[in-house]
Amino acid sequence: MIRVVLPAHLKNLAQVHGEVQLDVDGQATQGSVLDALEAAYPMLRGTIRDHVTKKRRRFVRFFACEQDLSNESPDMPLPDPVAAGTEPFLIVGAMAGG
Amino acid sequence: MGGVRVLVGTRKGAFVLTSDEKRAQWDISGPHFGGWEIYHLKGSPADPDRLYASQSGGWFGQLIQRSNDGGVTWEPVGNEFTYDGVPGTHLWYDGTPRPWEFKRVWHLEPSLSDPDTVYAGVEDAGLFRSTDGGQEWQELPGLRGHDSASAWQPGAGGLCLHTILLDPSDPARIFIAISAAGVFRSDDAGKTWRPMNRGLRSEGIPDPDAEVGHCVHRIAMHPSRPTVLFMQKHWDVMRSDDAGESWREISGNLPTDFGFPIEVHAHEPDTIYVVPIKSDYEHVPPDAKLRVYRSRVGGDEWEPLTNGLPQRDCYVNVLRDAMAVDSLDSCGVYFGTTGGQVYASADAGDSWTPIVRDLPAVLSVEVQTLP
Repeated sequence: MIRVVLPAHLKNLAQVHGEVQLDVDGQATQGSVLDALEAAYPMLRGTIRDHVTKKRRRFVRFFACEQDLSNESPDMPLPDPVAAGTEPFLIVGAMAGG
Repeated sequence: MGGVRVLVGTRKGAFVLTSDEKRAQWDISGPHFGGWEIYHLKGSPADPDRLYASQSGGWFGQLIQRSNDGGVTWEPVGNEFTYDGVPGTHLWYDGTPRPWEFKRVWHLEPSLSDPDTVYAGVEDAGLFRSTDGGQEWQELPGLRGHDSASAWQPGAGGLCLHTILLDPSDPARIFIAISAAGVFRSDDAGKTWRPMNRGLRSEGIPDPDAEVGHCVHRIAMHPSRPTVLFMQKHWDVMRSDDAGESWREISGNLPTDFGFPIEVHAHEPDTIYVVPIKSDYEHVPPDAKLRVYRSRVGGDEWEPLTNGLPQRDCYVNVLRDAMAVDSLDSCGVYFGTTGGQVYASADAGDSWTPIVRDLPAVLSVEVQTLP
């Protein structure tokens, strides 16, 4: 079970409170977690990564275990505590104008 | 009893303002989608409870929201706007080719007859259509396939398709306008397009009379007379009496012919409204006085409408999609400002009252006249 924390705007959009908990098939990577997230909450498609290219949106960041994973490969395994569900995977709106 | 519903898109959310036919007391709901830019929201002429809203932002991109109850509740629908085929390139500000890249939806135009059909004008300029209530969007690629498209260049606001006019007398005829390409018309429901810019003259482009490349800010028509179009260009207010085939200037005695919105009275096809703005550099009202100008003779002769509008120290702008009319017996006129005021006139512009004064910067105003 993977724990995901969404930014406030996306919590509102997905109508969730607190963390999202996801079952991910196979290895937990950015890509597989986002696949599972978008399958569970289709309204989030296109808001975190591009519909077609799957590239992360410019002002979205991925943090976990006090590390910035934003520029890591989508196929790289997430840290063990995230995969084990002891630490959350944080999806963050970057500190940028808006 | 009927009334009016004013749909206001702002830099930080949407607001729904409602009143009875007197238009004296207003209920204000919102913000809907607080914190998001709402470039435009509009109701279906065929079902006034069906609304569509364009919700976007720098962080999380584009969403489309749909309401089936007149804006009380909303649901996100499809937000995938993928250009048809290989997108190709247009020109960037510096004249170099730049691949088409979707940025946002500027304008949503619901079908006149089917609540589930809606058109979307987007940046970078393209026209999309949904026939399932906004779930799936398909580009009408003939527009971007026009021979001139590779030479289209953005205006200061981006390469945006901001105006969509559907001809009530001919379902196959659609007009669109792009900054800074100009007006295009389709007579086959969007399959093929022709530029409609003859008579426009723009000093800011290399060939002032070019067939394409004009910064058209807005076009408007009266539904009873769809061959007559009115245009607010970057500079110049224009009129066409032949469905866009040719244009002539009708700026007449306006204090400045720069501006963004243009609108037509609901019952008088030759009564039109503009909001003159000092210049493209300053984007403020001339003499710091907010004045709507009305022509009752289809242009050339204009009168300032000032009663109830600030006549000193006013430095707001009125954006291209931020003016609309209702169709009650005494036509109501509405506009929103970048200062967050929404002004209403229940007497065709003779007098104005702010419905609300302190919204975020207003991007769009639409009005529904309710049965």
